[in-house]
Amino acid sequence: MSHEVTVGLEIHQQLDTRKLFCDCPSCLVEEEGASFQRRLRPTQSEMGEIDRAALAQAERKMRFRYQAPPSASCLVDADEEPPHAANAEAVELALTVAALVEASPVDEIHFMRKLVIDGSNTTGFQRTAMVAMDGFLEVNGRRISIASLCLEEDAARKVETSGSEITYRLDRLGIPLIEIATGPDMHSPDEVKEVAQRLGSIMRATRKVKRGIGTIREDINISIPGGARVEIKGVQELRMLPIYVEKEMERQRSLLSIRDILQERGVGPAAVESIDITSTFDGCTSKVISGALKSGGKVLASKLPGFAGVLRSADGRLRLGAEMAQRARTRGVKGIFHSDELPAYGIGQEYVDAVRQALGSAPGDAFVLCAADEAKARNALEAAVERANEALVGVPEETRDPQPDGSSTYSRPLPGAARMYPETDVPPIAVPAERMDRIRANLPELPEARTKRIAADYGIHEQQARQLVREGWDDVFEEIAADREMAALAARTLTSTLSELERDVDISRLDEAAFKAAFAGVSAGKFAKEAMPDVLRKMAEGKGVDDAVKELGLSAMSVDEAREIVAKVVREREAFVREKGMGAVGPLMGPVMAELRGRLDGKAANELLREELKKLLS
Amino acid sequence: MSYSPYLLSLLQRIGAVEGDLLEVAVDGREYSGVLMPHHEFSHPDVMILKLKNGYNVGVMVTPSADVKVVAKRESQERAPRPMGDGKGLPQVSVLGTGGTIASYVDYRTGAVHPALSAADLLSTVPEMADICDVKAEVLYSTFSENMTVENWQHLAGVAADRLNSGVEGVIVPHGTDTMGYTAAALSFMLGDIPRPVVLVGAQRSSDRPSSDAYTNLVSAARFITSSDAAEVLVLMHDSSSDVSAAVHRATKVRKMHTSRRDAFQSVNAPPVARVDFEGGIDHLAPYRRKSNVKVSPRVEMEKDVALVQFYPGMSPSMFEGILEKSRGVVIAGSGLGHVSRELIPSIRRAVEAGTMVVMTSQCLHGSVNLNVYATGRDLLSAGVVPGGDMLPETAYVKLMWVLGQTSDLEEAGRMMVTDMRGEITGRREMQ
Repeated sequence: MSHEVTVGLEIHQQLDTRKLFCDCPSCLVEEEGASFQRRLRPTQSEMGEIDRAALAQAERKMRFRYQAPPSASCLVDADEEPPHAANAEAVELALTVAALVEASPVDEIHFMRKLVIDGSNTTGFQRTAMVAMDGFLEVNGRRISIASLCLEEDAARKVETSGSEITYRLDRLGIPLIEIATGPDMHSPDEVKEVAQRLGSIMRATRKVKRGIGTIREDINISIPGGARVEIKGVQELRMLPIYVEKEMERQRSLLSIRDILQERGVGPAAVESIDITSTFDGCTSKVISGALKSGGKVLASKLPGFAGVLRSADGRLRLGAEMAQRARTRGVKGIFHSDELPAYGIGQEYVDAVRQALGSAPGDAFVLCAADEAKARNALEAAVERANEALVGVPEETRDPQPDGSSTYSRPLPGAARMYPETDVPPIAVPAERMDRIRANLPELPEARTKRIAADYGIHEQQARQLVREGWDDVFEEIAADREMAALAARTLTSTLSELERDVDISRLDEAAFKAAFAGVSAGKFAKEAMPDVLRKMAEGKGVDDAVKELGLSAMSVDEAREIVAKVVREREAFVREKGMGAVGPLMGPVMAELRGRLDGKAANELLREELKKLLS
Repeated sequence: MSYSPYLLSLLQRIGAVEGDLLEVAVDGREYSGVLMPHHEFSHPDVMILKLKNGYNVGVMVTPSADVKVVAKRESQERAPRPMGDGKGLPQVSVLGTGGTIASYVDYRTGAVHPALSAADLLSTVPEMADICDVKAEVLYSTFSENMTVENWQHLAGVAADRLNSGVEGVIVPHGTDTMGYTAAALSFMLGDIPRPVVLVGAQRSSDRPSSDAYTNLVSAARFITSSDAAEVLVLMHDSSSDVSAAVHRATKVRKMHTSRRDAFQSVNAPPVARVDFEGGIDHLAPYRRKSNVKVSPRVEMEKDVALVQFYPGMSPSMFEGILEKSRGVVIAGSGLGHVSRELIPSIRRAVEAGTMVVMTSQCLHGSVNLNVYATGRDLLSAGVVPGGDMLPETAYVKLMWVLGQTSDLEEAGRMMVTDMRGEITGRREMQ
C-alpha cells in the first residue's frame, strides 16, 4: 500500500547538564563577551572527495565572527583548547533514554567529527556519537521504530548576519543534545506531532532536559510517492509540525505537476547561460534595477524555453519561480525577477518585451533576470536555471529552513554520506552490560505511570493528568499542587485555561516561573481563583502578578467589604430569598460572584452568602 | 591497548583487515560496518566498526559472536598529487620536519599520519602555487618533542644548501612544542643568511576546517616573497582570530600556551613583523635585510649542556649531579636570577672545575640582574655568567653552540654575554 506521505523525525533535545566537552554551564546569556574572527575551509578527505554540502557552503565564502561570553563559553568552545572527556552525566542520560525507548546501546561509544562548515561550529565539525540503535515506541497502537540515538554537541547561536559576515555567540555551542532519529514510519501530519510529543515526554521523564523554546528542535524528513526526501531542519514549535508536513506535501505535489506539464510540453533543459541586457533597462524606474545599476551592477537574463506558466501559475499553485529565487539567493543576491511575475515591481511591459526580444524568446518561453554585481548576478542566474532544469526530473532532494508561516525555503543540498571521521581527542566510553543493568533497574517514571500517579495523588481527571504530562506541565503542576487546595485549579489552568488563552494571546511569557508566581498570588490572597485567566492574560502581556492584579482592579477584598456586597445582593432579592429559603444559595451565587468581580474566591463567597441568607431568614 | 589474543586470532582466521566490510552477530544484535583500527583506549575484546551512516561504534566480540567478512577493502589508489606549478615565481624551499602542521588524517580511520611526501604536505594548500614555486622535501616525520641536536645540524645544513642554491627563502613546517628551540639553533648555526628561513607550525591539525596550518603556510610564503627581511623567524597566528600572523625573531620567541593559535609570543622584544591575511605586511622592529652573502653554517654543538629550573627546596646533591655531568648549565633562576644560598658553593666548585653556568630567569619577561641582591652578587662571585634577557631555552641552545665553537672558556663567556642573533636586548620598552 502506498502512503500519501512518509515522514521520519529527528528530534534534538538539550540536556540540563554542563556542556558536553568542557565545564561551562549550559545556558544562554545576554552578554557578548570578547569577539574573534575565523574562516573555515573545506578539507580534502582521504579519498579526495569534499562533501557536496560542505562545498555549497564554502561557495558562499563566508567569514565568521564569534562572541565568547565568559560566563557561558571557554577556550574549548573557541576551538583554542582540545575537548575534555565527554560529560558523564550527559552520557548517563543518553543511555537512560536509550533504555526508555528499548534501543540497544553500543558496547563502546566513539565520538565522531561531522563536518559542518557554516560557521555554527568553531571547529568546522560537530562532535557526535552513536549511543544506541534499533529501539521503538508505540503511538496510538502503531509501532514507530527508533533507528538511532546519538549524543552530540549543540551548535553556536546565530545572532547576526550582515553582508557576508555571520556572527555567532558561543553560549549554545557544546550544550549536550540527545538526537533521536525515527524510522520513516509516520504517514500523516498529525501522527508526526504525536510521535514528537511522545518522544518529548519520554526525554522529559529523565527530569534532566532543558525546557522552553529552542531547547528541543526537530528535523522532519518528508517524501510523497514520486517525490523525494526533503529535510526541513530545525523546527522549534511542536504545534507547527503538522503544518510543515502538509505544506511540504503540497509543495512536492506541485513540483510533480510542474514536471508533468513540462514533460508533456516536451521541454528540455535550458542552457545554463546568461546575457548582459543592462542597456535594455536604460531609464527603468524599478528600484531594484536602478539601485543595482547605480552601484555599478549589471542586469543579466537567462532564457527558459518552454517554462512559461510554471514559474508562477495564475492560481498560485505552481511556483517554480520561488524555488529558483531561493537558490539564487544562496549566491549572495537579493532576488531575481521571472517572466511569470512581470510586468510588476516597476518593470513595465515595454521592458518585458525588450528582454524577450534580446533573448530571442518564443511564445511559451520564460526568462529570469537578475540585477546585481555582474559576477554575483551571473552566479545567481546559473543557480536559478539549474534549479529550473531540476524541475524536469521532479523534486530535488534538499535541506530546507522552516519559516514561521509553516512554509520552508531552500537551504542547501542534502548532505552526502562522507561527512564523518573519528574525533581522536575524546576517549571512547565503554558501556558494559552491568552499567545498562543498573540503568534499567533505576529507570525514571515513564509518562503513563506518571499520568496515573498524578491523577491518583492529586485527585484530578486522568485526561487532565495525561495532558499535563504530554505538554510538559507536570513538574510545575506537582509543585503548585503540593498545596492540595490548588490541585484542581492548577490542573484546569495548565490545561484548558492555557489552551483558551493560546487562541488569542502569545503565551510564550507564561513559563513555569510565571505560573508559580500566579499561584503564589492566589495562595497569598492577592486575587481570587476565579480571576486566574484574567491575571494570566495580563501576565502574557509581560505584567507581573501585582501589576496584573492592580490593573484588573482585583486587589483582594476584605471580608467586611465582601460581606457588605453579599448582603446587598441578598437584600435586593429579599422576596426570592424568603420564597426559596436556603435553596436560594445556588441561584444567587452567580450575581454574587459577578458583583465581587473575582476579588473573593468562590468558596469564601459561598460561605458569606450562606451566612447572610441565614441572617435574613432567621 | 591492543586486541586480545582471542579477537586477534579470530580476525586472522577469517582474514579480516582494516577497511574490510564485516557483519557481526553478537547477543542478538547485528552490525554491518567497515573494520577500523583499534583505539588505544578501547577494550581488548572490542572491534570498531564504521557503520553505513558514518558512525563508528565499538562492538564487544564475545566467544558466541559470529563475525564474517562480507567484502574486502577497496584498494585506494591515491591520485598522484602534482607539485604546484608556480613556474616563473620566486622559488621557495619547504623542508618538512613533522608535527601537527605536517600531519594529515586518514578520514577513513581517523588515524593521524605524518605527511609522507612533500606533495602531500602542499596539495592541501594549492594557494601556495600562486605565490611561489615550491620545492618541497620531507626531512623528518616526527613530533617535535623527538627532535634531536643531530636533526638541528642536518636541517641547518640542508637549509644552507638551499639558500646557497638561490631560493628566495626556506619554509620549515615544524611541530610547535620545540619549534622555538629549533629556530634558535638554526639562527646560531646559520649566522648571516642572504634570505629568510621561516619556521611555521599549526595548533589545529590540517584535517580540520578550522586549521591554522593553511593561513600560516600561505603567510610564510607571502612574507618570504614580499618582505626584504633575511633572518631565521617563526611565523604563527598573531591572535585567536584568523586575521594576521606574527613573525617572531627565532631567538626571542617562546610557546606560551599549550593550545591557542597565538601560543607563540615574542618575549622582551616586539615581533619583527605582522602579516595581514588579506592585506599587507607591517614591519614592527628593525631586521636584517636580504643580501647575496653565502651561508657557511657552523653546526658544531656541545651536547653535555643542561637546562635546569631552580625551585625552593632544590637539593644541592641532585643539582651537583647535574653540574658534574655537564660542560655547561643554564639555570632558570627565580626573579632577577637567583638560586638558594645553599646551592652557591656547588656552583662555585663546578665553575672552578670548568663548567660554564649561565643564569636566566624563570620569569621569562625582563632581564636578570645579579647586582641588586646579595644572592646575585654571590652568584657573580661564584663565576655565574648573567644571561641578560635571554630566554632560558635560547640560552641553553646558545650555550651548546658556543661551547661547540670554542673550548676557550673566557671566549665562550664573552660570546654568551654578547648579542649575536638578537637574543639579548639592552632595552625593553613599555608596551
